[in-house]
Amino acid sequence: MKSTAEKVVAGDIRAVARLIRDIDDGMPEIREVLKEIYPYTGKAYVIGITGAPGAGKSTLVDRMITHLRKEGKTVGVLAVDPTSPFSGGAILGDRIRMQRHSMDEGVFIRSLATRGHFGGLTQSTRGAIDVLDAMGKDFILVETVGVGQDEVEVVKSAHTTIIVVVPGMGDDVQAIKAGILEAGDIFLINKADREGAEKTAGDLRLMIDMDQEKYRKGAWRPPILKAQAVADKGVAELVEEIHNHGRYLFETSDDIKLGKKRVRVREELTDMVEKRILEEVINNITKTAEFDRAVDSIVSGDTDPYTACEELVLPALGLSE
Amino acid sequence: MAQKRKVRIMVAKPGLDGHDRGARIIARAYRDAGFEVIYTGLHQTPEEIVEAAIQEDVDMIGLSSLAGAHKYLFPRVLEILREKGAEDIVVCGGGIFPEEDIAALKKAGIKEIFTPGSSLDEIVKWVEDNIKPR
Repeated sequence: MKSTAEKVVAGDIRAVARLIRDIDDGMPEIREVLKEIYPYTGKAYVIGITGAPGAGKSTLVDRMITHLRKEGKTVGVLAVDPTSPFSGGAILGDRIRMQRHSMDEGVFIRSLATRGHFGGLTQSTRGAIDVLDAMGKDFILVETVGVGQDEVEVVKSAHTTIIVVVPGMGDDVQAIKAGILEAGDIFLINKADREGAEKTAGDLRLMIDMDQEKYRKGAWRPPILKAQAVADKGVAELVEEIHNHGRYLFETSDDIKLGKKRVRVREELTDMVEKRILEEVINNITKTAEFDRAVDSIVSGDTDPYTACEELVLPALGLSE
Repeated sequence: MAQKRKVRIMVAKPGLDGHDRGARIIARAYRDAGFEVIYTGLHQTPEEIVEAAIQEDVDMIGLSSLAGAHKYLFPRVLEILREKGAEDIVVCGGGIFPEEDIAALKKAGIKEIFTPGSSLDEIVKWVEDNIKPR
């Protein structure tokens, strides 16, 4: 009987799919499995694709898969869509654009919902990336809307981050500059047959070039590409730029590479510690009879939430006398 | 801490008909009930549906068909699930079917069939009562 980790490394689709489910559901058992598969990770090239809803990310991913498959590479896809904050449910429809690859054994596509618990998306997406990496996928494409801290974190852990914009959404360029512009290694103007593509390119160029970091000697200057993913125009050029960026990453000196890795590992480990502490502590506080009693007392007016919070938290952290 | 397990459902349209209004409404109702719904779009082969369902690790597949080929397509999905060792994934169907077909589909292993007479509440409740996320 093979262990889950062994099955994943052997590329067992069912085992991979279930493990990602367990990661997403936050099952504690997964920690041991992730430990076991970790030595098999680090080989995949991770690409983040982000941009506003309707920018054409899924269609672009679909075309990218085709190009990468032609090069003989295997591909894993993680398509992230938002969870409804009202019902907790989600409709995950990115797959519609990629279904033509569903019978290709070299492609594994998984839809993930943001869910949104204590940086849960970052954790579960990183976990899922590790799983696809360990199963032997050469390229892993992670598609997100790129709004909010969590999603920015996700694309930041990619080797190459592609930011997809469409012409004629002037304010959209404004919106992406808040935090995510810096993360872009390649900018792609999709639906470039639409009016305003040139202006969007100009706006982007200006904004990117304001980033002084990009002027360091030998630094990567993010290219701005135009494409019409739906007609497969400009996608070959995009894939070529991804390879260029990959070569740039791997040809930079070991010092820089190790330094970058150290920064990334530090960030990821910090996230992981934060999440683990929250997990361990929060349930001990909120899943208790005292917590329920505190809620009752606030509702009945016997106490205020500030006092109740203090009374719950301080003893749990060993901070009360 | 274990987050609560989420029910994952694939809504799929096998075959050639292009009428997906029903499938979309069901997808929406499932979402509003708190399930995660993977919608794969029109014109799917049974093979594609099963492969996607396995990759997405869903608890249930809801098949929608209005074109009359359900007697072949629905049991074919079950057959491929069995071939792939994924017969634990529950399969339900929705559409307009003659009475005698409904009995035959259920006999073939389709867990439940919903028709235009079924209310959304009923369809959602059936999932809540019968599908336990693993």
